[in-house]
Amino acid sequence: MSEKRPSLSPARFLSARRRHRSAGLVVLLFGLLAVGSAYAAFAPDNAVADNSAQSQQIEEGKKLFAVGCSSCHGLNAEGGGNGEGKMAGPSLIGVGAAAVDFQVGTGRMPAMQPGAQIPRKAPAYSEEEIEALAAYVASLAPGPSVPGSESYDVSKATDEQVTRGGELFRTNCTACHNFAGRGGALPNGKYAPSLMGVSEKHIYEAMLTGPQQMPVFSDQVMQPEDKRDIIAYLKALETQKDPGGFGLGRLGPVSEGLWGWFVGIGLLVAVAVWIGAKGVKAKGAKAE
Amino acid sequence: MSTNTEFPGPVKWVDDRLGIAKIGKKNLRKVFPDHWSFMLGEIALYSFIILILTGTFLTFWFKPSMAEVEYQGSYSLLKGLHMSEAYASTLDITFDVRGGLLMRQIHHWAAVLFIAAMMVHLLRMFFTGAFRKPRELNWLIGFGMLFLGIIEGFLGYGLPDDLLSGTGLRITNGMIQASPVVGTYMNFFIFGGEFPGDDFVARFFIVHVLLIPGIILALVTAHLFLVVYHKHTQYAGPGRTQKNVVGYPLFPVYTAKAGGFFFVVFGITALMGALMQINPVWLYGPYNPAEVTAGAQPDWYMGWLEGSVRIFPGFESHFWGITLSWNLIIPALIVPPAFVTLVALYPFIEGWITGDKREHHLLDRPRDVPTRTGIGVAFITFYAMLWIGGGNDLIATHFNLSLNHVTWFLRFAVILGPILGFWIARRWAISLQRADQERLLHGLETGVIMRSPEGKYTEKHQPISTYEAYSITARDRLVPHEIGPETDENGVRAPRRALHKARAALSRFYYADAVQKPTTQEIEEAHEHAHDADEIHELTEDTETYREVTSDRS
Repeated sequence: MSEKRPSLSPARFLSARRRHRSAGLVVLLFGLLAVGSAYAAFAPDNAVADNSAQSQQIEEGKKLFAVGCSSCHGLNAEGGGNGEGKMAGPSLIGVGAAAVDFQVGTGRMPAMQPGAQIPRKAPAYSEEEIEALAAYVASLAPGPSVPGSESYDVSKATDEQVTRGGELFRTNCTACHNFAGRGGALPNGKYAPSLMGVSEKHIYEAMLTGPQQMPVFSDQVMQPEDKRDIIAYLKALETQKDPGGFGLGRLGPVSEGLWGWFVGIGLLVAVAVWIGAKGVKAKGAKAE
Repeated sequence: MSTNTEFPGPVKWVDDRLGIAKIGKKNLRKVFPDHWSFMLGEIALYSFIILILTGTFLTFWFKPSMAEVEYQGSYSLLKGLHMSEAYASTLDITFDVRGGLLMRQIHHWAAVLFIAAMMVHLLRMFFTGAFRKPRELNWLIGFGMLFLGIIEGFLGYGLPDDLLSGTGLRITNGMIQASPVVGTYMNFFIFGGEFPGDDFVARFFIVHVLLIPGIILALVTAHLFLVVYHKHTQYAGPGRTQKNVVGYPLFPVYTAKAGGFFFVVFGITALMGALMQINPVWLYGPYNPAEVTAGAQPDWYMGWLEGSVRIFPGFESHFWGITLSWNLIIPALIVPPAFVTLVALYPFIEGWITGDKREHHLLDRPRDVPTRTGIGVAFITFYAMLWIGGGNDLIATHFNLSLNHVTWFLRFAVILGPILGFWIARRWAISLQRADQERLLHGLETGVIMRSPEGKYTEKHQPISTYEAYSITARDRLVPHEIGPETDENGVRAPRRALHKARAALSRFYYADAVQKPTTQEIEEAHEHAHDADEIHELTEDTETYREVTSDRS
């Protein structure tokens, strides 16, 4: 668009021609240009500017995904069927890097076989590979990112924070995970796994993303410091020695009853048998 | 008394005032038969003594109050938390009272053993028929103690006011509320208002430390008095009859044995208390009705009730604004009391069916009464299936099973299992009887093959020892109850005919297929037959010596 009368002020110029028949078209073109430039300036520019290393990581993650994950989750992580009309793997669009880091980092993914619940096992991928997979899945749509170590560092937790974490743990977690974090049963073969030996980061991510049967405790529902306090309580439980002797699995009265019957009654009956058998001879020997 | 002069001074002094010599003379020489299974009740008695001793220690520090306090003891994971005084004082006993945790753990293990020992003792009574006349009332007294022991244990479990016990009480509270009409009133009466209120710890405490232990102590006295009065039962054997007791005198043999056994029980309980952690209340946290934990179970003796409720399908009906929770009424308020009543009244039921009015001082071997043994196994199976149901979540997680599959299996097993258990145990007992009969009539197969001059091969059989033969045959021939003629001599129909018919049918069922002990004639015939067929050598008799004392039943 060239100006016909440069002597006019721009406002006046625009005002004079606002009813021109091609004005709508001009506005539309300007709008498109603005949006396009803005997009060029922000979105792709950012990725490019961030560095080529990240796009390379995403590329790498995509390749790993195609090999290890796509058979269930679909080639573009859109979710996949098992060929019999059932879902083999859910869509991963929008689950975020934290979910990938949790699932792959605890060895749950790649799953060995479908089932009521995918168990924890030794991770199949290295740290870098997990990061690449996470970056790829995160690149598909925004989702919770892997938390920074400052959010789950419990080494400096105070007694007060630990106590508070215990209260939060009992309110939100023990119903499924047991009072000592040893896990518990859920319907139809599902279960709440034991929390012992799980890293701080993975506990944090589990709360953030709600893997498998677990509800999501987003940062709005449960503040990051609440999450940290719960982790602090769990770590204190994990390192705590049982003051009363062998902990019997910290499973509650069922294991206590089992031990009471097998060890207690077992031993006492054995002694009774021994006394019953020994008595006659001792008496006989004395009489002679 | 002329013997008084032989006593040393202090004994004489006491005897002159209390007459102990006469009591001692009669009772110190009291004869008890010797068998390991006669010591199971002792385990329960000694556990009870341990419970009283350790329990007294615990009352010195336990504060039966639900007043809210802020915990400032030495367990850092709960520091600063608000909790009831009961829970705080339990934590103090655990972490701040010297020896407190050990005492708490001994107390709890002794409770576990107390009830378990009573139950094992009860099974011994059942399977050997020790509950028969004249001991039916002592069976009921024992049952009363078992029942009270379970209530006592449950109240004790509720006292620390931790999350686990609170959850357990919440379930109990639900069961009480499920009782039609009276439920709400009973609940308000027990908890002094809405659950949990702030009364129950103080109420449970006084019942736990005074009322029930007092009643149990009185029942223990009655139980033991009756044992002395009836004299102890014994297993069949040479020289042992319905009219005597063969064994050792109370003093010194049983004083030493029983006294020693007390220390063994105390020692094992103390070791368990020292080495095996039980009821870690600090891990559960204070009770808060808004919280709950997975793996919330009662102690083992309430497990079958828990299981009964867990496996029952969730039925309830609503009408006229009333809700009836069948899923609690049936599994918690009907089935367990019915089962307990059935077992408690079993001696009377069996006595009625068999029409046996005689006194019994010789014990049955379980195989010799196959139907009773079968019924006992059916009872155990029923109990065990409900018991397993109480731990269905842990079974599911530890054996990688689906919780629903475990529950569904138990729903069928609790009905089919006892039937199968009855049938297997009964046939098993009958097979053992037949094996005994075989030994008795044909003797032992020696494995020695004899060749006669004609070239005939036979195996040499050796008769069992007279002692064994005596033991096997020292039982009654079991005769089903006779129904009597349809009409008397005047042609009048006998009254309550249907009842008598049912009774006779039950009696036939009871004794059907059981192997009768052979008559003397049968044994002689069998032995003569054996003599004709084979060469039989009687090897030298077992050189067992019997030095026991025989005491007449007066």
